[in-house]
Amino acid sequence: MRRLFFLLPLLGALFLIGWLGYPILAGHNPQVLPSALLDKPVPAFDLPSLEEGDGSVTSTELATGAPVLLNVFASWCAPCRAEIPLMRRLVDDGAITVYGLAYKDEPKATRDFLKTLGNPYKRIAVDRNGRVGIDLGVYGVPETYVIDGQGRIRYRHVGELTRSVVEEQLIPLMREIAG
Amino acid sequence: MIAELGHLALIAALVVALVQTLIPLYGAAVADPRLMAIARPAAMVQFLAIGISFAALTQAYLVSDFSVVNVAMNSHSSKPLIYKISGVWANHEGSMLLWVLILALFGAAVAAFGRNLPLDLRARTLAVQGLIGVGFLAFILFTSNPFERIPNPPLDGNGLNPLLQDIGLALHPPMLYLGYVGLSTTFSFAVAALLEGRVDPAWARWVRPWTLAAWCALTAGIALGSGWAYYELGWGGWWFWDPVENASFMPWLAATALLHSAIVVEKRGALKSWTVFLALVAFAMSLLGTFLVRSGVLTSVHAFAVDPDRGLFILGLLAVAIVGSFILFAWRAPKMESGGMFRPVSREGGLVLNNLIMSTAAATVLIGTLYPLALESMTGEKVSVGPPYFEATVVPIMIPAILALGIGPLLAWKRANLKAALIKLWPSYLATAGMAVVALVLLGAPVGAILGLSLAVWLAVSVLVEWADRIKLFRIPFGQSASRAAGLPRAAYGMSLAHLGMAVFILGAVGETFFSSEVVRYVDPGDKIEIAGRELVFEGVEHRQGPNYVAEVGIFKLEDGEVMESERRVYPVEQTSTTEAAIRPRAWGDIYAVLGEKADNGRSTIRIYVKPLVLWIWIGCGLMTLGGLVSLADRRLRVGAPGKRRAEAWTPAHAGMDAGDD
Amino acid sequence: MRRFLPLLVLVICLTGSGALAPVFAVQPDEMLEDPALESRARGLSAHIRCLVCQNQSIDDSNAELAADLRILVRERLVAGDSDQQILDYLVDRYGPFVLLEPPTTESTYLLWYGPGALLVVGGLALAVFAWRRRRPEVTQPLTAEEHARVKALLDGAADEGKET
Repeated sequence: MRRLFFLLPLLGALFLIGWLGYPILAGHNPQVLPSALLDKPVPAFDLPSLEEGDGSVTSTELATGAPVLLNVFASWCAPCRAEIPLMRRLVDDGAITVYGLAYKDEPKATRDFLKTLGNPYKRIAVDRNGRVGIDLGVYGVPETYVIDGQGRIRYRHVGELTRSVVEEQLIPLMREIAG
Repeated sequence: MIAELGHLALIAALVVALVQTLIPLYGAAVADPRLMAIARPAAMVQFLAIGISFAALTQAYLVSDFSVVNVAMNSHSSKPLIYKISGVWANHEGSMLLWVLILALFGAAVAAFGRNLPLDLRARTLAVQGLIGVGFLAFILFTSNPFERIPNPPLDGNGLNPLLQDIGLALHPPMLYLGYVGLSTTFSFAVAALLEGRVDPAWARWVRPWTLAAWCALTAGIALGSGWAYYELGWGGWWFWDPVENASFMPWLAATALLHSAIVVEKRGALKSWTVFLALVAFAMSLLGTFLVRSGVLTSVHAFAVDPDRGLFILGLLAVAIVGSFILFAWRAPKMESGGMFRPVSREGGLVLNNLIMSTAAATVLIGTLYPLALESMTGEKVSVGPPYFEATVVPIMIPAILALGIGPLLAWKRANLKAALIKLWPSYLATAGMAVVALVLLGAPVGAILGLSLAVWLAVSVLVEWADRIKLFRIPFGQSASRAAGLPRAAYGMSLAHLGMAVFILGAVGETFFSSEVVRYVDPGDKIEIAGRELVFEGVEHRQGPNYVAEVGIFKLEDGEVMESERRVYPVEQTSTTEAAIRPRAWGDIYAVLGEKADNGRSTIRIYVKPLVLWIWIGCGLMTLGGLVSLADRRLRVGAPGKRRAEAWTPAHAGMDAGDD
Repeated sequence: MRRFLPLLVLVICLTGSGALAPVFAVQPDEMLEDPALESRARGLSAHIRCLVCQNQSIDDSNAELAADLRILVRERLVAGDSDQQILDYLVDRYGPFVLLEPPTTESTYLLWYGPGALLVVGGLALAVFAWRRRRPEVTQPLTAEEHARVKALLDGAADEGKET
């Protein structure tokens, strides 16, 4: 009995090592925060479209019956610039449909940005003051949301889209959603 | 060439550390004095080799040798000399080199001052110290080599983050490491004692100076870091409960507990296995801190460049250290016979209470710091554990400790008369009640402030009462009291100073937390700013050129004509900017002014704080450190002071004989 | 690249990088006229985590998102929301992670009650320890070896007396 008492620190130590080791081995990144809106509908919004005379873009529009991506971006963000070519290629291949949310950006700057890089987006909503961003729980751009056919958020990726993220996470998930 | 020499010296140090570990351990196992004797020269040679290596890296920084990756990444030829030197440890690789340098320094110090330790205890202690060295030298050589070269050196370096180009932060890491790594010595002593299966008052007496030295450095190191945050980060905070700060606070709490429980072992031969356990835990907490800062498992504003492989390596070292030592503990500690008996109400009882509270506080900080990580691993939920949590838990846990701290030193060893002690403390009651009334009526302070100020006064006056009691002030003629005062052991003064430091710290913390005022506004030159009954005039903005930065200087004039200058510096090399607050420190409180950016309306943004008593936070820490140093200077504790014969003669029986004098 | 990311975050959060001049936490134009509401806003802000600089509250942070959230908090205060409603509003969007003081739920029982439990368990363990130690010391006759050590000690003590 008395001996068992002296084993307690050892058990504690083993527990602690596992506690600390697991996140490293699992490749945990403390900066990444999953969306609080998983499996919930995209928060309602009604924002002007980037194209002049194109009316407004609304949240209901995202429920297209098939999975789509919603990409939150800005012209002032370097990783956003880097991921555009990849998205364009995927759109050209017909692999994805992407809506854009221009987060806290001058519409003119956004237009110039897309003029130089090309435009992968089906439509772009202008979130000038970032309020829709806050409703979505955006905390860093770029962010990419997978939206299912009913307009619910199924996944969020924070940071630049890379080929491996798209191929290993987004596309399999979209296939699964599409059934 | 010199960098290669440094690298070579580091490899040599690893080999020597292996020798220092294996041969003396084997020697101690077979009781061969010649083999055991190898530990001493090995420890010194290891220190020398790492010293050469460290000097080589420093030289690379001094001459701005950008063919060394580490220098190119972290230095720049235009940097002032002092920050070229401190740049050596302002990065991951260099700071690890400093870490092992200090580790070897403590090993060499044990070798040099430990002449009178029994040969087998010394051999085993140095062997364990050597083993820690093996682990960390391997870590540096295999994952973080500071001497790596670049084939095509750049013309100039990347520079050092300007926030780190500061004297407080130049001194903070070495001081903190002296504390962290100093606890390795206590750990080595504890492991050696477990290997021998013997812990006696003599052991406690040898361990205490090392603990005390490490504790002093840790206290000073934490205070320097907090002071840096206060004046450099520009919003006047001094403690943020950031994981990295917690990583230094946990070993501090454990070391504080250890310091007190070692007294019980030394005087009474009791609490042996608990003390050994604390010695293991204190260093384990240091290692945990090293892991948290460098592995990137937690987000922190202080983190070094992180790398999961390094994290795993340090975790491996942590695992070996704690699992290994706790196995040894589970095996040996149950056999340690318990020593002297004591009543719950006694000096020992008080020290045990201190240990209970310090350990609970350390465990609370540990739980709070690691909880988000554990919860996410187990359930995927993400929560934050921030300052409000720690303030709501650690602070209340410490309150009974402060209350007991006023009484404990008045209790006698073995069995004490609590009533007599409480009666002696009458001046404390008067002063505490007086403070509470003043705080309530004159200052109209909130409950927390009343409580905090009362506690500070309670502790401070009780410390004085205890001192007066020792020298029988006003009970015997004054001259006799004075000679008693002169004759008190330094350890007694050390204790009083450290406890007084705690009271002073609380005073400062309460003043800053509850009575600060703040004004944030736009100003034009000539505008008057009123804050906390004082008045400043904003004189305007000047532009100046610094050694490696350009600055906008905001000039403020106080009503007494004194001028304060806050700078916004832009460092072109590093492409970053910093703010330098203008601080006028005074005993009653600091005036703290920061110049912000020009607003769209063309006016300057300024932020002025009045932070009452904030200076006493660091004066308190300084007093605690001083108390530790004074205690360290006590003849009876001085490292290596007792002669060999005496060293071996210390037994519980003898310790019992002088139990009354402290 | 990943190794340098945290340092980058540090630079942005504490200093602002070259292009962006350092910005203070709370800006004068964000602040509310009503001192009572403003002080509630400051108190709330200190409990809300800035999600960009993850260990700072939005009250301390220089990040732009923190500024947006500070303004949002004030707007909702002016609109008459209670403190709890504002926190709930943020939790709906960012999850409980946004709260620096974690709510007491099943998954945080250990966090909130753990320290108290430790203190109680530790205290009980000590009480048991003290109860068992309460017995008077048993005196046993000294062995011959111990006699020799006592003698050595007493001699040693006498020497010590001479030294000082």
